[in-house]
Amino acid sequence: MAHTEWRDAPELPDFSLLKRLARDQLIFLLEQLPGKKDLFIDADLMSPLDRIANVTILKQHEVDKLYKVELKPIVSSSDQLCFLIRPRIQTVKWISDLVNADKVAGRFRRYKIIFTPQKFYACETVLEEQGVYGDVTTDEWNFYILPLDDDILSLELPEFFRDNFLEGDQRWVTTAGSALHLLQSVYGSFSKVYGIGRCAKMVYESWRELMEEGEQRTRQPEFAKVFLVDRDVDFVTPLCSQVVYEGLVDDLFRIKCGSVEFGPDVTSSDKSIKVMLNSQDKVFSEIRNEHFSNVFGFLSQKAKNLQTAYDKRRGMDIQQMKAFVSDELKGLKQEHRLLSLHIGASESMMKKKTKQDFQELLKTEHSLLEGFEIRECITYIEEHINRQVSMIDSLRLLCLLSITENGLLSKDYRSLKAQYLQSYGIKHLLTFANLRQLGLLEEQQAGETLTVMESKVGKLVNDKTVGKLTDAFSSLAKKSNFRALSKRLALVPKSGEEYDLRVPRDMAYVFSGAYIPLSCKLIEQVLERDGWTGLEEVTRMLNGQEFAVTGAPNPRNKTDAQRIVLVMFLGGCTFSEISALRFLGKERDTYYVKQIEYMVNIKLSI
Amino acid sequence: PTIKLYKDFNICYILVDDDDEDEEDVERVSWSGEPVGSISWSVKETASSIRSGSEQSFPKIDTTPSLSKQGSGYSLSSLFKAKSKPGAFQSFSESFSDTSSRTYAPELRKPKSDGKDVVSDLSPEETVRRMQKGRAFSLEKFRSLQDKLLLLDEAVAVYDGNVITAVLIFLKKSLSKEILFRELMARDVALRHYVHYLKEMGEQKLLVELLKALGRTEDMALMHYKEHLNIKDESRRRDFLKSCLSLPFSQDDATHVQDHYTLLERQIIIEASDKKAVAEIFKKFPRKASILNMPIITTLYYSCFYHYGESEGTFSSPSNIRKTFRISEKQYILTALGARAKLKSWFDVDSLFNTKNWLGYTKKRSPIGFHRVVDILHKNSAPVQVLQEYVNLIDNPDLKLGGALKYKCHDIVINTYRDLKDRQQLIVYREKLERDSPEYRKIQELLNNVQIRWKN
Repeated sequence: MAHTEWRDAPELPDFSLLKRLARDQLIFLLEQLPGKKDLFIDADLMSPLDRIANVTILKQHEVDKLYKVELKPIVSSSDQLCFLIRPRIQTVKWISDLVNADKVAGRFRRYKIIFTPQKFYACETVLEEQGVYGDVTTDEWNFYILPLDDDILSLELPEFFRDNFLEGDQRWVTTAGSALHLLQSVYGSFSKVYGIGRCAKMVYESWRELMEEGEQRTRQPEFAKVFLVDRDVDFVTPLCSQVVYEGLVDDLFRIKCGSVEFGPDVTSSDKSIKVMLNSQDKVFSEIRNEHFSNVFGFLSQKAKNLQTAYDKRRGMDIQQMKAFVSDELKGLKQEHRLLSLHIGASESMMKKKTKQDFQELLKTEHSLLEGFEIRECITYIEEHINRQVSMIDSLRLLCLLSITENGLLSKDYRSLKAQYLQSYGIKHLLTFANLRQLGLLEEQQAGETLTVMESKVGKLVNDKTVGKLTDAFSSLAKKSNFRALSKRLALVPKSGEEYDLRVPRDMAYVFSGAYIPLSCKLIEQVLERDGWTGLEEVTRMLNGQEFAVTGAPNPRNKTDAQRIVLVMFLGGCTFSEISALRFLGKERDTYYVKQIEYMVNIKLSI
Repeated sequence: PTIKLYKDFNICYILVDDDDEDEEDVERVSWSGEPVGSISWSVKETASSIRSGSEQSFPKIDTTPSLSKQGSGYSLSSLFKAKSKPGAFQSFSESFSDTSSRTYAPELRKPKSDGKDVVSDLSPEETVRRMQKGRAFSLEKFRSLQDKLLLLDEAVAVYDGNVITAVLIFLKKSLSKEILFRELMARDVALRHYVHYLKEMGEQKLLVELLKALGRTEDMALMHYKEHLNIKDESRRRDFLKSCLSLPFSQDDATHVQDHYTLLERQIIIEASDKKAVAEIFKKFPRKASILNMPIITTLYYSCFYHYGESEGTFSSPSNIRKTFRISEKQYILTALGARAKLKSWFDVDSLFNTKNWLGYTKKRSPIGFHRVVDILHKNSAPVQVLQEYVNLIDNPDLKLGGALKYKCHDIVINTYRDLKDRQQLIVYREKLERDSPEYRKIQELLNNVQIRWKN
């Protein structure tokens, strides 16, 4: 691991404060319903809740039994029911049905819904329409941010992407704004905000409103800058197969809320093991950002060192042995355990990734990124579909093809779609409709009309009444820019050059030296220039919507905080991007904290 | 009396004449003593000391389409005391306006002003602002269409999806759908919120009407089609799909939906007969799952596995399925190959690729690369003799050698090196072989052959 040394990395803000705030608020809310109560928790809130509180804490506040919300009839003998849920209409309807069933049965209970991170009027309207408003009291638990690691914060809102980008529902805009506001309240004001994307702009505005009516803290800020970026500014990156260790673990085993479940094939026992993946895991923290090809060598070296450490025992006298057992053995054992887990995981990765002809898949992706031998790529994708191998990979490749190639030729689009539906099920024509709506997978329009429309749209963009038109054409206007962007920002290094993955020279290492994530490149450029000056052409190709604003004047003395940048991905980010930003941070002597809506791993089925 | 119940058409909101100081008092008490109280406290403290509009604040950025504000919305806001509270603690006041008004004695709240109609006299801007903060509001006074639309546009202008939907719910209840649809047509953001709301509420019928009114017939058709996912019973599902056939899909999708219906119809027939099938193959390889709702290709594989060689007239035959669903030759060969190789019917595999030319010679031809064929055969553990034959058919010499090495087709490897006149590679390869095996001897003979001009 040829790592450049951390040049006195700035100290990161203490994010455990956020956990304590959330926990204490939850306790406060539970106390609002005194007495014994049963607690129903939304399935996807379980893990986040685990991170900040445990069962003992809940029991201390008179929670009797815990249930997972399953939208089925319940068996609970408690007189008080408390529901800890995301503000989803379906869940509220289910609760209303429970209450009404109790009413019919002549059963009296108290009900309380705690919405997190906030409540929606639409949910309350359901309570009202079902005639249970008043029988059920509601509260909000403003659990906006979950720190997943020293440098990762998450809103844990898996629906953010779908709601915002597919459905066009802006319900989470204020949530993101409030999250930023919370960070600012706890850690001090930011001096500069950059952003790009429609949603980024709205989040900024919503946050600014909160700031205006709220307070400004005079304390020394712990962050310098914020960068807001919409996921749809860069769809290419999440479509590429991940090859850094953490990314691969996510692609294969799904990292959820900072932990992963390794199955029997990894643990080489008959049980699955849940493992937390963060900087606390010393083995993991050394390999998480590494290109996969380096990981195995590193792990085996580590294993050898471990063996040497164990071997020290030989020839020890009693005293030394005693000291060894009490001082070192525990640490060694722990390391041993982690090491064997990660070795197991990499083995299983190797197996799966060779089986799926991973190399060929990567080669195709790289060709698409480079715009090279497109026909061959299409043939490969076609065969991939024909063989019915991984449905998601097929879809990823199709989307990557569409985005890099400015949409598919009509005949290709039709034939590939037809074959896809034959292989994976006709119901996926709904998936294709969604992807088209998102601009991820499109059929090329006749060239002429397109340019005419584009120029018209350009003129009309500021007129509200054509909002609809703009929307309809925004995906068209976005077209074909990947190649130009890639050229302008030098995202794809010249092929043929050797790329030593052990000594990465730029962020491209996260994709085997084949591609620098667009999102990260943008961040790098903007921070370097302290704004968007000189990037006009780039932003035009990205559909504009960029901004850079200065807030609080810079503190007098340069502090560590000046080097900390908060990057907020609206709609999620990938582990590859996190690794790339970590790399950038080390290189530029800046530290990045990423705030994400949710880890995406493009999953856009019906 | 400080608690009023306002009725806006069908929407009731409990209105509490908020008194900010009161709420903050309560909050403070509840938080004192908590370890984190100190944090919230410090936040609060600074909150009250530094007011809005300080020189530190961020500028408003020029955001795209913003409607022209009626009058000056911003001066109005100064009439209202901006309640300074960080977002994180909003819920407490929230919870209080809910619970305290209900469970706790309302007398606790000092009536500060008797501004009875304060909330109902608010401008669209102020109303939206109150809605955003979760404070009491009234929509009662927004009765003219113009007022309603101003309210909606204001909600859109502050980007708050929650409030936009709340206003839409109000409009849904207070406007006829024709008028509402008409107005939404020119308001895309609001429209998308409305569509999403209806989806979430499961108001299918209204949604279909809306999409129809908007002329989005394809979306409407897809929306309707999507319903089939909720139907578990296969005959009902089939009938539902049949009813979808007349929907205004795009031309391509219409074909796909037709296929979907035909497929399920066939699957039901095949399933009914195969469930009680007694043929040898079903005993030897019992079915692991039903064929219902499987993709076309899976159905084809199934048919190549269990119904190979049936005449085209039967629904379950591979040729019938291939024809009905217009399956390409390439796709057909791939699927049939997989199925027959799985059964180790090497004869069937052979005949898949055999073509006779006009002289009557048999020649092997494949629409997929033979290296791919070899892959599939190998995955189904084909014996070396079979593999060898297909490795030999690979066009690309590199792929051929690679395949031969990978699958240990010695003869091919040896012949290739011989043709390349590569003595060194032959020597290396010899070491990998068992001594005195026929292959070993073959290399030995070649190396001893003085007629060959080795390149190395």
